[in-house]
Amino acid sequence: MRDIRLRSLFCRTTEENGKSNGVAHSWSKRESFEQAPMYVAVLTYLGFGIVTLFGYFRDFLRAVGLEKCHLAQERDEQKDFVPLYQDFENFYTRNLYMRVRDNWNRPICSLPGPEFDLMERVSDDYNWTFRLTGRTIHNVINMGSYNYLGFAENNEKFLQPVANATKEYGIGVCSTRQEMGNLDIHQELEELVASFLGAESAMTFGMGFATNSMNIPALVSRGCLILSDELNHTSLILGARLSGATIRVFKHNNMQSLEKLLKEAIMGGQPRTHRPWRKILIVVEGIYSMEGSIVRLPEIVALKKKYKAYLYLDEAHSIGAVGATGRGVTQLFGLDPSDVDVLMGTFTKSFGAAGGYIAGKKELVDYLRAHSHSAAYATAMSPPVARQIIRAMKCIMGLDGLTVGIQRVRQLAENTRYFRRRLQELGFIIYGSQDSPVVPLLLYMPGKVGAFSRAMLERKIGVVVVGFPATPITEARARFCVSSAHTRDMLDKVLCSLDELGDYLGLKFSRRKCTQFELDS
Amino acid sequence: KMASGQQWVLVEMVQAFYEAPAYHLILEGILILWIIRLLFSKTYKLQERSDLTEKEKEELIEEWQPEPLVPPVSKDHPSLNYDPNTKLNLSIVCGLPTSHKIVVNGKECINFASFNFLGLLDNERVKKRALSSLKKYGVGTCGPRGFYGTFDVHLELEDRLAKFMRTEEAIIYSYGFATIASAIPAYSKRGDIVFVDEAACFAIQKGLQASRSFIKYFKHNDMEDLERLLKDQEVEDQKNPRKARVIRRFIVVEGLYINTGDICPLPELVKLKYRYKVRIFLEESLSFGVLGDHGRGVTEHFGVNIDDIDLISANMENALASIGGFCCGRSFVIDHQRLSGQGYCFSASLPPMLAAAAIEALNIMEEDPEIFTILREKCSCVHRALQGIPGLKVVGESFTPALHLQLETSTGSRDSDMKTLRTIVEYCMNRRVALTQARYLDKEEKFLPPPTIRVVVTVEQTDEEINMAASLIREAALAILK
Repeated sequence: MRDIRLRSLFCRTTEENGKSNGVAHSWSKRESFEQAPMYVAVLTYLGFGIVTLFGYFRDFLRAVGLEKCHLAQERDEQKDFVPLYQDFENFYTRNLYMRVRDNWNRPICSLPGPEFDLMERVSDDYNWTFRLTGRTIHNVINMGSYNYLGFAENNEKFLQPVANATKEYGIGVCSTRQEMGNLDIHQELEELVASFLGAESAMTFGMGFATNSMNIPALVSRGCLILSDELNHTSLILGARLSGATIRVFKHNNMQSLEKLLKEAIMGGQPRTHRPWRKILIVVEGIYSMEGSIVRLPEIVALKKKYKAYLYLDEAHSIGAVGATGRGVTQLFGLDPSDVDVLMGTFTKSFGAAGGYIAGKKELVDYLRAHSHSAAYATAMSPPVARQIIRAMKCIMGLDGLTVGIQRVRQLAENTRYFRRRLQELGFIIYGSQDSPVVPLLLYMPGKVGAFSRAMLERKIGVVVVGFPATPITEARARFCVSSAHTRDMLDKVLCSLDELGDYLGLKFSRRKCTQFELDS
Repeated sequence: KMASGQQWVLVEMVQAFYEAPAYHLILEGILILWIIRLLFSKTYKLQERSDLTEKEKEELIEEWQPEPLVPPVSKDHPSLNYDPNTKLNLSIVCGLPTSHKIVVNGKECINFASFNFLGLLDNERVKKRALSSLKKYGVGTCGPRGFYGTFDVHLELEDRLAKFMRTEEAIIYSYGFATIASAIPAYSKRGDIVFVDEAACFAIQKGLQASRSFIKYFKHNDMEDLERLLKDQEVEDQKNPRKARVIRRFIVVEGLYINTGDICPLPELVKLKYRYKVRIFLEESLSFGVLGDHGRGVTEHFGVNIDDIDLISANMENALASIGGFCCGRSFVIDHQRLSGQGYCFSASLPPMLAAAAIEALNIMEEDPEIFTILREKCSCVHRALQGIPGLKVVGESFTPALHLQLETSTGSRDSDMKTLRTIVEYCMNRRVALTQARYLDKEEKFLPPPTIRVVVTVEQTDEEINMAASLIREAALAILK
């Protein structure tokens, strides 16, 4: 379990509210990672222990033949091949995941807006197979999709440019950016992204995950050092591995750990040969999606300048979602975007589209145009998707003449603060910073994970629950994504259900007393 | 009573001490002294350079200079944009009336460079279906497949692809490159062995790199070389049978190779599969929707039973003219990727309008299997027309829709070859035929293919256009390759 890193959050007085506006000094007071009482840990381990024992028992029954094996089998002609999967690799999947599998991959049949329609899915054999009954559950409140600014919409007027782009360009591109796939719409999009972020130049790619895994290898290679946060996303880890550079991990958001690694790296040089490192790249994210924590950007920029390292900032969840006008963590902390060497982000979350971008100095982007794996080998971004990003960005920037965009940014901030405050008042343990629209609510015990998700669905609220291996084994959680499209009524309905369920399932672990503070305006 | 018991034990010990041989006592004595020494000696870490003073440490930190984040790129690199008033290096395609006749750098050209084999990029039905999906679902899915990113369109597309390819199950990815690059590391882990063709495309190479397995390359389409490697592996196995029982083996090949335009000898591969117990992963990006009577790819072309291939992977960005990719095969194989395919689990799902477009494209392919025959005829037409150009040779089979034109005699330097080919491409572009050079990352490829011009055949090209393009290339070659 984590150390108590509870800051003096809960005793903010009204005087402080006057001068704070999210600057570095007071931001540290806005994060909390409360630890649950000891009995919770004990019960969690006990729960896992019981399920594991049952798992072994069931495996035994399956091996002996007393229980039907539902898993797909290898072909008879290939039975003497080396087995494709080792039995122990799948133990967790077979015996733990299968029990609660109905809480994931729920199919929907409408727009992923603040409310959506789920397709009813039942299992006749305890989650081994599912079948769709054909019925739809209408108007389920959506607390799981990454729809921060509400751009997942099907308003005909707003989507007219996208429809025009479809008619004009078609759906695909059928070529790479370096060959015949460089369309004028891509140029337009890249100029807009650069001006949105305050960077010199930008380049866009068709998939957010691939933006990381294909461009980090282009920037660093053998002989370079990557200092990566403990909780970085899989795409960053994959990109770092594929690059061939040495990777060292520092503790999550811990500046002492990072500084220690930087000092050691510069003094010690490369392992064994002690040659100096060619480059040091610090890789962090804006908002960490499983924790809800925000990166300590001012401190990292200070460290980077002192030790002459480069900074790669992945703003997948924070672009559009934080900052006074939605420009991300650089705006939240009042920093100059050119302090960050490589600004990376995705368009999937706040812009309701797909794809990713990298922005920075012109030399950086020119280099990526020539040497990025994606530019040479992967198909360019689809034109209607590019048009959607352009219209969403223009909306946020106010270039379309309306104030819809900025209103949504403010509404998101208000919704986030309200939701978090009320959850804390109700007595739940939630992680993360006060400004982050990603709200993880801790459930801890494996049994409660399944029960929570199913009970919320019965109340027509769709939530996302995550457990091991995406989180530490004892910290299973439910993760809410607040959207600017959620109305106060929807949030109240969710909070009311959470209150009921919290009492019924015993989820109110928080032991803090004073949780009142005022909304910042 | 107790005291006497203890005394008795003490007497026994002293007796044993006297009776022990001398060497025994000496050895025990040395051991005891050694333990005492180890207990009191100072521990030290190998890493610590504790011999540096604070001032020296600060100096080291001050002195260290990193390389610039990116090395400078020369201004005339072909991928960079230039001032529109001067020469444009990168082709900017805009204001398409259709995808067959595109406007490149301000000039209208006939498209011989986009992989739009079946002409579905302009198809009205596909566009209409995408528009109705847009009205219903908007653009993005706002989540990965596990967290409310699974739409009914995705389930329908997977179902249709599985039925079309006559396999049990299919899984779709939101990006073509990520498909095979995520599929290979999901099955092949550290310690496993993968036999792969030298001409494999970059996505396969990245998948292999991510898997951390042993990679053994065999010469392009050379079954004897592959058999030799398999036999060597068999000999290795006999030395260590226990290890051999857990090491998985795979062969990764492409149906039609994008780098050379050749077809893989699938029946021989299947024979080798059963003889040496290796699984086959087939990458069909170029051959899906092209080969076979119904467009099912190289398995239909050769009449091989599709269950003999463990995994077929293809992207939907060529014949299907959409975005994304899919893998299909038996449920036993494919279902595993739903939890271990990184590009599937950790990435947002395919936007529904792109999936709907792919479904409509599949409908068209199923309704009208004639287009595959027409496409293959056009391919052989182009192949014939490009023969005999002085200085350029055609690389690729007669039924491959993406051919390469290579210099017959290289000058010896890759740069000057690239420049020559670029001049030919520009000559053609100025006269309204859009071609492109095949692009590679020189330093990243394991086996860098030679510089070539890519020529792509689509069903929309008429015979006149093909003849016009061929004669134009001939003219260019005569003018430039002196």
